Amino acid sequence: MRRPTAVAAVLAVGVTVGPGLAACGSNQSSAGAKPTLTWYINPDGGGSDPTKKGQAQIAKECTDAAGGRYAIRVQLLPNSASDQRQQLLRRLAAKDSGIDLMSIDPVFVAEFAEAGFLAPVPRNMVAGFTKDTVNAAIEASKWKGSLVAVPFWANTQLLWYRKSVAKAAGLDMSKPVTWEQLITAGRTQKKTIGVQASRYEGYVVWLNALIAGAGGKILLNPGATADRVKLGLDTPAGKAASTVIQQVARTGVGGPALSSTTETEALNLFSNSATSGFLVNWPYTWAALPTNGVKFIDDIGWAKYPETVAGKPSAPPFGGIELGVGAFSAHPDLAYDAATCIASPEHQKLYMLGTGNPAANKTVYDDPAILKQLPMAALIRQSLEDAAPRPSSQYYGDISTGLQREFSPPNAVNPRTTPAAATDLITSVLKGNALL
Amino acid sequence: MTSLAEDAGHEASPQAHRARKAALSDRARAERALGWRLAGPAFVIMLAVTAYPILNALWLSLFNYRLTDPNARSFVLLQNYVVILTDGLWWTAVGITVAITLITVVVEFVLGMALAMVMNKIVIPRRTLRTVILVPYAIITVVSAFAWKYAFAVDSGFANHWLHTLTFGAFPLTYDWFGGTWSSLAIICLSEIWKTTPFMSLLLLAGLAQVDSALDEAAKVDGATFWQRLYKVTLPNMKAAIMVALLFRTLDAFRIFDNVFIMTGGSQNTSTVSLVAYNQTISRAEIGMGSAVSVLLFLIVVGICVVFVKAFKVDLAQVKGD
Repeated sequence: MRRPTAVAAVLAVGVTVGPGLAACGSNQSSAGAKPTLTWYINPDGGGSDPTKKGQAQIAKECTDAAGGRYAIRVQLLPNSASDQRQQLLRRLAAKDSGIDLMSIDPVFVAEFAEAGFLAPVPRNMVAGFTKDTVNAAIEASKWKGSLVAVPFWANTQLLWYRKSVAKAAGLDMSKPVTWEQLITAGRTQKKTIGVQASRYEGYVVWLNALIAGAGGKILLNPGATADRVKLGLDTPAGKAASTVIQQVARTGVGGPALSSTTETEALNLFSNSATSGFLVNWPYTWAALPTNGVKFIDDIGWAKYPETVAGKPSAPPFGGIELGVGAFSAHPDLAYDAATCIASPEHQKLYMLGTGNPAANKTVYDDPAILKQLPMAALIRQSLEDAAPRPSSQYYGDISTGLQREFSPPNAVNPRTTPAAATDLITSVLKGNALL
Repeated sequence: MTSLAEDAGHEASPQAHRARKAALSDRARAERALGWRLAGPAFVIMLAVTAYPILNALWLSLFNYRLTDPNARSFVLLQNYVVILTDGLWWTAVGITVAITLITVVVEFVLGMALAMVMNKIVIPRRTLRTVILVPYAIITVVSAFAWKYAFAVDSGFANHWLHTLTFGAFPLTYDWFGGTWSSLAIICLSEIWKTTPFMSLLLLAGLAQVDSALDEAAKVDGATFWQRLYKVTLPNMKAAIMVALLFRTLDAFRIFDNVFIMTGGSQNTSTVSLVAYNQTISRAEIGMGSAVSVLLFLIVVGICVVFVKAFKVDLAQVKGD
């Protein structure tokens, strides 16, 4: 009596749940139709509007250029790099065939490649993808010696400053300046230095640039397995970096809410005409200042990223986006074909003009339209050449979170203890002996 | 409540149950079959969405298993639990979670009780009042967390300006609420209290409505003061409702996630137990360790339930209000 009822019940569940689940994964094109490639993009100025010179417009142009071989559809990822990684990682871990192309932050390339989430780059395309490309972008797209992603755009930070403040403080901005000089200038002039020190990825960007600027490296052996990872934090370079953070926090030049300052808060700090002095931030700053209602545009100058140690050339942060092709995609060949179109110098130029995000291709920087819109283009290119990427490791997420935890809040950073504590925490976490 | 009551009823008389089974008439059998047909699908779904994940989490918690490296998955028995229970971060998180739970539930109970008594007495704009009081509860927690975060932010918030004005300039305009553990927790608790007091007051109002007004009047005639009537008459007579309200809120408060995630992200030592579970499972993709944290959280929640039911000595079967 009971069994048929139970079977019927299970069937009923199957019937109600089944179609719903199938609908989630229905990305397969029916036979004969034009394949649709799904490109997961990070939000940019263009959003998903194909007329706003963002990735959505590039997707549309490349669809047109494909002549009917495929169509590219964009899917927006969340705002923060960590959330983007989470979404892609969970989909890829479930072998989602609906991810054909994805815009990934360079720091997650290693993790995705090691996990087998990226389809291999066809050998005959490697030369094309790396031609005229800045070195940091190529390095960031490699894992264990071979190219696993396509450099698309490359980001770096500049030092933005108020000419009047620098002048009053007696700083010669035509020469490289040090963090120490900036902190002194901020303190004596009662002006702020916008930095990123909230507990998020941006804080690691700052920390990495400071350590690299002192000639050090956060990770000494990229590619090592979890129990063999060696960190270069508890070193003179790590201590020099910690000293800068400690000084910015102690003197109060980082603003009243340093421990929750991201790019946005730092930009707001710099937009406040009464207290703004200096800012380290990505080139989008130039387009964002007028929209932020800043009236003193003529008083704003730009210079290379500050030096951690006087006389040692600085190593500006490196960011941007690389294009990855999903390992479970049904059309990896078409996806790489689309990547060639997306990352072409013409589209990098369009993207740089449209969103302010700098190209990875060096030839774009000589373009008159670029020079007209971004007067600091030459400095961006130079900074990209000298930029130091963050550690390349399949465990980057853990390394970054560990650093964020030990270096937060910035006013508790102590050069003698913090680097050692961070080393201990990260090594135990990677060995599975601690929580994060 | 009804299903709990019925379950308890069945357990109370196993002999009678067995006797009934022996003499099952055709009609009773048909009714039972119909019952299974009606409730069966729901029962199967419940098993699929609750029992299976819980058992699966228990199983996964015995492994060292990272989603990005599935081939290195290895059985480690209770190693994950040992790591968690010997880690200072876990105990800090438990301490913070307990603090948030205690503070918010106590304040919510006092405020909720006061609001419930007001709602119980006021007759004229009854519906409007109840709707107005419920508004915060209708707001999505993430949205309310953002609202409170922005209100107390140094650059865009208004709270500092108000406090500055109200204290005649004694309160610093640039006070960084999210720069310290206790000031961050203060805002997290405030937001939590603001949002869930309505829920508490609604549950208490239901209990208050069940208290026989004759008891209150009799006590009044005997010369009892307001507080005496509250402690000796009203509260004891709505014990079951109080327990349900406190239990629900304690369980909810202990699993707090949204407010902390949005406001501090766990910085300044404000990580709660749920946030630790999230960090292991979602951020780090360490499924084994994350499952172990979740299992521990589950055990604590079960423990809270047991303590409440024992401490209040309430037979939930009686909550039906007879």
